[in-house]
Amino acid sequence: MAQADRFFLERYGLTEKDLEKYLAAALSDGGEYADLYFEYTSTSSILVDESLVKTATEGISLGCGIRVLAGEQTGYAYTDDLTPEKILQAAQVAAHIASGPARVSTVGLSTVQAPHDFYPVAHPPVDRELAEKLELVQRADRAARAYDARIKQVRVGYADQLRHVLVAGSDGRLVTDFQPLVRLNVSTIAQSNGKSQTGSYGGGGRVPLEFFQGDRSPEHYAKEAARQAVIQLEAREAPAGEMEVVLGPGWPGILLHEAVGHGLEADFNRKGISAFSGRIGQRVASDLCTVVDDGTIPDRRGSLNVDDEGEPTQKTVLIENGVLRGYLQDKLSAGVMRSTRTGNGRRESYEHIPMPRMTNTYMLSGHDDPAEILRSVKHGLYAVSFGGGQVDITSGKFVFSASEAYLIEDGKVTAPVKGATLIGDGPTVLTRVSAVGSDLKLDPGIGTCGKEGQSVPVGVGIPTLKVSRLTVGGTAPRAATSFV
Amino acid sequence: MPESSLEQVAQDLVERAMKAGASAADAVVREGDEFSSVLRMKKIESLKEAASKALGLRVFVGTRSASSYSSDFSPAALDRLVARTLAMARATSDDSASGLPEREWLGKHDGDLELYSKDIHALSTDDRIAMARRAEEAALAADPRITNSEGASFEAGEGAKAYANSLGFVGSYRASYCSVSVVPIAQNQDGGMQRDYWYSVARGAKGLDSPESVGRKAAERALRRLGGRKVPTCHVPVVFDPEVARSLVGHIFEAVRGDAIYREASFLAGKLSRRVAGENINVVDDGLRPGGFGSRPFDDEGIATSTTPVIEKGVLKNYLLNCYTARKLKLRTTGNASRGVAGPPAVGPKNFYLVPGTHAPEEILRSVKNGFYVTELIGFGVNIVTGDYSRGAAGMWIENGELAYPVEEVTIAGSLPEMLNHIGMIGSDLEFKSAVAAPTLLVEGMTVAGT
Repeated sequence: MAQADRFFLERYGLTEKDLEKYLAAALSDGGEYADLYFEYTSTSSILVDESLVKTATEGISLGCGIRVLAGEQTGYAYTDDLTPEKILQAAQVAAHIASGPARVSTVGLSTVQAPHDFYPVAHPPVDRELAEKLELVQRADRAARAYDARIKQVRVGYADQLRHVLVAGSDGRLVTDFQPLVRLNVSTIAQSNGKSQTGSYGGGGRVPLEFFQGDRSPEHYAKEAARQAVIQLEAREAPAGEMEVVLGPGWPGILLHEAVGHGLEADFNRKGISAFSGRIGQRVASDLCTVVDDGTIPDRRGSLNVDDEGEPTQKTVLIENGVLRGYLQDKLSAGVMRSTRTGNGRRESYEHIPMPRMTNTYMLSGHDDPAEILRSVKHGLYAVSFGGGQVDITSGKFVFSASEAYLIEDGKVTAPVKGATLIGDGPTVLTRVSAVGSDLKLDPGIGTCGKEGQSVPVGVGIPTLKVSRLTVGGTAPRAATSFV
Repeated sequence: MPESSLEQVAQDLVERAMKAGASAADAVVREGDEFSSVLRMKKIESLKEAASKALGLRVFVGTRSASSYSSDFSPAALDRLVARTLAMARATSDDSASGLPEREWLGKHDGDLELYSKDIHALSTDDRIAMARRAEEAALAADPRITNSEGASFEAGEGAKAYANSLGFVGSYRASYCSVSVVPIAQNQDGGMQRDYWYSVARGAKGLDSPESVGRKAAERALRRLGGRKVPTCHVPVVFDPEVARSLVGHIFEAVRGDAIYREASFLAGKLSRRVAGENINVVDDGLRPGGFGSRPFDDEGIATSTTPVIEKGVLKNYLLNCYTARKLKLRTTGNASRGVAGPPAVGPKNFYLVPGTHAPEEILRSVKNGFYVTELIGFGVNIVTGDYSRGAAGMWIENGELAYPVEEVTIAGSLPEMLNHIGMIGSDLEFKSAVAAPTLLVEGMTVAGT
């Protein structure tokens, strides 16, 4: 057995025989399928503020979540006590979802190796010396302060985790994985003439600490966060109303995450409550658009060797040349929809029921020159950096909030404008994509997605995109923005 | 575990830390259980039941500190935790504002805050499922256009929390909650779908609205959204219903938090004793409201709970502080320390609310000739540092005091300082459904961006 396989055996004496016993208990009321999700997660985090190390925290959470499926019904229980009595008790609670004679078949577990290792990190950040992590954080703090005298506040956050998981299913599947994750984040406040502005930047992934160098160095993140805040000091009111919008490459890919990604998660479509329900094979984007969700990109924050139901991740085509091709599936929805699993069954922790979630969602590069795309716009908005977004999956309306944006006037990028929310309609916004750049970029590795109270790390990406019409939620009437 | 055992675990952990060389320490111990049942289209979708526990430790070595958490309560695990946390603390910075409260500030509110109701245990699993079923059935029966449902749920749980520190403070309390909610889907003949929700939440089953009324209200909210359209970009009065007004009052809370103030990361920094809102605005943070979701006998640093006036007649009276931010600002803590098990105490709300006015919500709507009644906000476009506000919105257009037609795919934008100074009318319909609460509010002019 590989090292990860032995983790729960060595620490908690967990044998395959035990797992089979727990699965049998979970199916004692006749459920059709049961799985066990063992998790041991260690974390550490540091916060530097006012150049002082104000917070250093570490911790461990561990437990086992037990799920029983009976048709479309789920029974779920978990315990943070890994003694056999407590696990059996949880298995029996979860079993109650079903009502019938026990399934007596012995499951016969056999280890399934994940087909790849997308994050072979020999020395996970969580096990590294505190001093090494502190050095990264303090370097970022110094660089942000040195950037410009107007930078008054700098806060640097570092967080890592290492998650050991073991999934055992009554279909005989036994899978283990160990999943490192690290992130470094800088936020700044610039002040000038009584005005304040903010900037934020960072990066990370399923990587060792050595990842943070070159254009991923603490200094680079710090300068970027400081630059944003200083530029925003000059920002004018953002425009209000519909206009042409050009999205820069990378982070603005949050557009895809909100506009189409959530609406294509299979649970919403199984229930028929998504604006995309029943639309496979239909045109939902201009033919310039091909969108994928890909959990197999090495080192990425949104990547996984196997999802949280033990299914290998994959690259799933969601939209191909503008036509809707597929949904993001987990075990339950794929079973009900008679579809195949796509390795998108994810959960925040052992305390949570898995559901279809995105991994890394991005649009493939097109053939347009990014500079030419900007030159083609007479009057519009160029948005290069975004904060969060949200979607109403039923009406399809979605928002995402620009934190760095500029006016485009006669093909030239001109004045910076204040942060503003952009709002659109998921099933139609991509039909208005009139140019796709050749410069696909993925985000730097800091995204977290929330759904029904569960947070999971994700990635997004786009090349430079032109959307011919999108509503920009600023405060300035359009007439006032059309002259300098 | 009874509260007394939790207190013992907390005291024991503090003692271990002191013996191992900490100059001061405190600990939080929590345990609780949760139950949820979800129904969809009259069938059970999921049942979930579990219990959990966790503890958090903070140690000081002089003015250096670090913290840690674990769900493993075994003595060996606790000793490892203490050793590692002390090692971490030695590697952090000296910070003269850090430390436990002054001894004389410690205390507990006596008297029953009605945080715990046994009656949630009187309900059997079937009773609980029936609550969700009744809510969904009422929603589905409300109108033939309610064609689908995202689900209805009943949730219940309870938890106990103990806190101890090396100044000798130890205390604990228990709280419970339950809720019933439903998310119906309404559909037009043209296939257009809309979802909305309603819910009721209380400390005990007795305090819940009937599932039927929750279901009907949810259906009504979903139905009125059918046929939503964009409106031309304009500058108009905007009425926030209590659900969305709560988020606005939440932004006031974010802006008066001590950590935002000392970092000058708030549009209200440096505004103490100054006018920051219209004279009609009063905001209070009340930690003693019976049954309140922000009520507690003491905060997460052992400070007896009290009530803090925040804004009086438009004047900023107090920031909200824990010990650390109070020392930074040379002020006294307001007992707002709030802490999960991971990490040091942050600043959290007690029952933070905007004091209601005298106007019925209908009266507020009637006063608007041409404006926007917002019932849903999405996205995160609020910057507490600058006060810039821009969020996605849906609701109803108001024409001559009447709700005329549904509106969607628009944004509302303005700046929080200006919005606080232009709240024209305040509703009488304040309800405490979480630690932050607000009545219906009319903001006199905001930019609505649409076509």
